[in-house]
Amino acid sequence: MEYIIIIIAAIFVNNIVLAQFLGICPFLGVSSKVSTSVGMSGAVLFVMTIATIASYLLHQYILIPLGLDYLRTITFILVIAALVQMVEIILKKVSPPLYKALGVFLPLITTNCAVLGVAILAIGLEDGSLLKAVIFAIANSIGFALAIIVFASIREQLELANIPEGMKGVPINLLVAGLLSLAFLGFTGLV
Amino acid sequence: MTKNIDQKQNFLKGIIKENPVFIMLLGMCPTLGVTSSAFNGLGMGVATLFVLLMSNIVVSLIKTQIPSKVRIPAFIIIIASFVTIVEMVLEAFIPFLYEQLGIFIPLIVVNCLILGRAESFASKNNLWSSIVDALGMGIGFIIALTVLGATREILGSGSIFEMKFVSEDANTFILFILPPGAFIALAYLSVLFNKISIKTFS
Repeated sequence: MEYIIIIIAAIFVNNIVLAQFLGICPFLGVSSKVSTSVGMSGAVLFVMTIATIASYLLHQYILIPLGLDYLRTITFILVIAALVQMVEIILKKVSPPLYKALGVFLPLITTNCAVLGVAILAIGLEDGSLLKAVIFAIANSIGFALAIIVFASIREQLELANIPEGMKGVPINLLVAGLLSLAFLGFTGLV
Repeated sequence: MTKNIDQKQNFLKGIIKENPVFIMLLGMCPTLGVTSSAFNGLGMGVATLFVLLMSNIVVSLIKTQIPSKVRIPAFIIIIASFVTIVEMVLEAFIPFLYEQLGIFIPLIVVNCLILGRAESFASKNNLWSSIVDALGMGIGFIIALTVLGATREILGSGSIFEMKFVSEDANTFILFILPPGAFIALAYLSVLFNKISIKTFS
């Protein structure tokens, strides 16, 4: 039951993009087509889960015993950067089709604040365990996927719409994101 | 470096022509995440300016020592060190702001504005130009965050910098201090910014 609450809270109530503003860069940057946003979501799911596991273990078994908690930010970002490189190399060798689908998105993920953000949030969970952190990471990446795919579908429709000159480009996208966020606000109080 | 850069232009470009938030769309996560009040926006802006300035200085000083293949990880370590300093200083001296900004303080590391300036400016220019560039960009970022924070605070809580100018029980647009308000306020502010900058500079 506890896990179901974490999942619903992360996907709908505290949606990582629309309520917590993490991962806005890819959300606005690679959402012009549904297909690219699906690819990005896959890459985020993959990296976010592995990064959270790695940083959770690192924090629990190395940083805390040594009293180096304040080095959290530096170690996590290095772990994530190294991990992204490693995942890229391994995928290229082991599963070329998967690499082909996710390859271009992987380098972008290092600077995706959602990955670092979830890794930091996951170690702060109440009576945390590795399983809880993993579920939290997966649920958040599903939340990211939901937000970016819905947003990309709306943007594809916007291509055909007649938009006032001054609103073209960034402003109309932000406005759409605002309305989407307003819709997600409706889930408040669900858990 | 033989080319001379007009320092005034170099400074002003960060504020207007290449404003990190309104024009370049860099560092959007903190921009939207912490601007529920003008004070938070200002605090985040100042923290970012400090990290940007220090990282530009260090990168510019040691740019010839860093092999180009590992420059990105090297930049990230430099930035992360200064972010850790900011995090510890804020926690010790301004705990109120530390609580308010929360997760967005460690996330200054992945603010694309800072890495972007290190990569595209500080690693190619001399110390003085890099300092001016960091100040221009940082102040542009502060202005954007403070204006957005003030707009949301005025509409959402009827106050500015915590000073209330409507009566306690007045109805305000609470929407603007909730997450959707961030997107909507920024959308209209960037329309306004585009309009003003086009009018003034063409």
